Amino acid sequence: MVSAVFHLAAQAAPIRVSPPLPLAGEGGGEGDAACAPHPNPLPKGAREHSSTSYDWRGLALRVIPPVLGLGLLVGLWALVSISTGNSIPSPTETFKQALVVFSDPFYRKGPNDQGVGWNVLMSLERVALGFGLAAVVGIPAGFLIGRFTFLNRMFNPLISLLRPVSPLAWLPIGLMVFKGANPAAIWTIFICSIWPMIINTAVGVQRVPSDYLNVARVLNLSEWKIVTKILFPAVLPYMLTGVRLAVGTAWLVIVAAEMLTGGVGIGFWVWDEWNNLNVKNIIIAIFVIGIVGLVLEYALIKLATAFTYEEVKS
Amino acid sequence: MSAKYIEIQHVEQTFKAPKGQFPALRDINFTVAKGEFVALIGHSGCGKSTLLNLIAGLTLPTAGTLLCANREIAGPGPDRGMVFQNHSLLPWLTCFENVYLAVERVFGSGSKSMGAPAENKAQLRARTDAALELVGLSHAAQKRPGEISGGMKQRVGIARALAMEPKVLLMDEPFGALDALTRARLQDELLAIVQKTHSTVVMVTHDVDEAVLLSDKIVMMTNGPAATIGEVLQVDLPRPRSRVELAESTRYLHYRKAVIDFLYTRQAHVEKAA
Repeated sequence: MVSAVFHLAAQAAPIRVSPPLPLAGEGGGEGDAACAPHPNPLPKGAREHSSTSYDWRGLALRVIPPVLGLGLLVGLWALVSISTGNSIPSPTETFKQALVVFSDPFYRKGPNDQGVGWNVLMSLERVALGFGLAAVVGIPAGFLIGRFTFLNRMFNPLISLLRPVSPLAWLPIGLMVFKGANPAAIWTIFICSIWPMIINTAVGVQRVPSDYLNVARVLNLSEWKIVTKILFPAVLPYMLTGVRLAVGTAWLVIVAAEMLTGGVGIGFWVWDEWNNLNVKNIIIAIFVIGIVGLVLEYALIKLATAFTYEEVKS
Repeated sequence: MSAKYIEIQHVEQTFKAPKGQFPALRDINFTVAKGEFVALIGHSGCGKSTLLNLIAGLTLPTAGTLLCANREIAGPGPDRGMVFQNHSLLPWLTCFENVYLAVERVFGSGSKSMGAPAENKAQLRARTDAALELVGLSHAAQKRPGEISGGMKQRVGIARALAMEPKVLLMDEPFGALDALTRARLQDELLAIVQKTHSTVVMVTHDVDEAVLLSDKIVMMTNGPAATIGEVLQVDLPRPRSRVELAESTRYLHYRKAVIDFLYTRQAHVEKAA
């Protein structure tokens, strides 16, 4: 579930290199280095030159497959476009339209006609609010549920019951309680992103290696030290996995929620362009949604690996 | 010097198992004198670690009493430093921080039992540095456990336990996970450290040579379930000991033979029992 075993070079990088051992000089190694400074640089330099000659094969093997994959997608798209008699616009047309759309992403012509930039930002704002509230509630709740068996047993049936419910089913409740489209959308994001965070945090707390807790007991650490020095760092990778899943789900759900609630947002934009029968913009929107989701995911994976450490093998 | 620093009297440990009770230990009696090095040896599953956890106070016995310095062991405490089998360093802290965490707890807030005043940060840092130097790891202080070898990690674990200046050092197969050469080097280092600090040590091991080389007394345990002490062997070899000289010593070979006899002749049926 959690990738907690990476040992990254990036993690090693900021650590200060220790000064050489006093012992390291023993055994004549120093003498060798001292008497042979002259012949060394030439062959060494030459060797370095040959080894730094660029690894074109490796680069090609890394670049060509993804390019082929994207090419396949565009090819299929073009085929579909031709076979439907251009009711699905062709890649080139869509690209031209995209240049127009992105030339002015932040225009405002009334409430229902705003640039793609505003739409994306509004969606992100809703996701951030709903997700942020979910994190504020879900992460501490996960800690409590993981730490106390009683609470775990108490909330387990609730979570099992509510988690499989489609987030959009909560939208009417949100509309009724908050009497507004925007808070209802945020509420929907909240409810869909809280579960992964609660569950992953709780699992993380339950899986803190018992060795670490025994260390805490032998050292007789205070509760505060246990939480800050042991529990929190041990749970962090699990928590960040929860956050990643939650953001992923939230970004999926916001598009659907905005289609229903309207206003400004990428989901609403898709629906609006459907009503205008502007299929090119719908395809552009699909790409925008995909790319934003990709960037969110990538950023959170980077964040998670930065806080992942080698664990004690029990 | 008290002859009975740790006293274990009629200790019995039973675990709750899905199928009723599982008796792990029964009728355990032995004492450890101050400054004595005691090895607990036995086949795996005989409850050596269970017994060590009882001395550490991580678990409490079902019956019997354990005393340390005439006080009943009611829970874990920094007076009994523990070295874990798998080092148990916190991977997000550097070696220095791992040791500092223990030092800060013991000396940073003023000791209630000894009435010592709280030490300032510089003193705590000095203690940490000294402990790392004792195990020869000053150069790796700023590294994280993931960046150093298994032997080095185990040395940090020992440094962490020693830095607390415990009355007793408890070691649970500290070198079990290491290769033979590293193990031998660490055993020699441990001999030197114990010589210097006069620590009282209780060490769990399953290595006959390790037990004879290091200890003053070897407590041999019978096979579980319901394991107990089969025999106690006093090891009367002069210190400081050198593994090279001992290899030819007839007394060393005699002790070694006694332990092997116990383990492989009288307590040989470990597979059947398990």
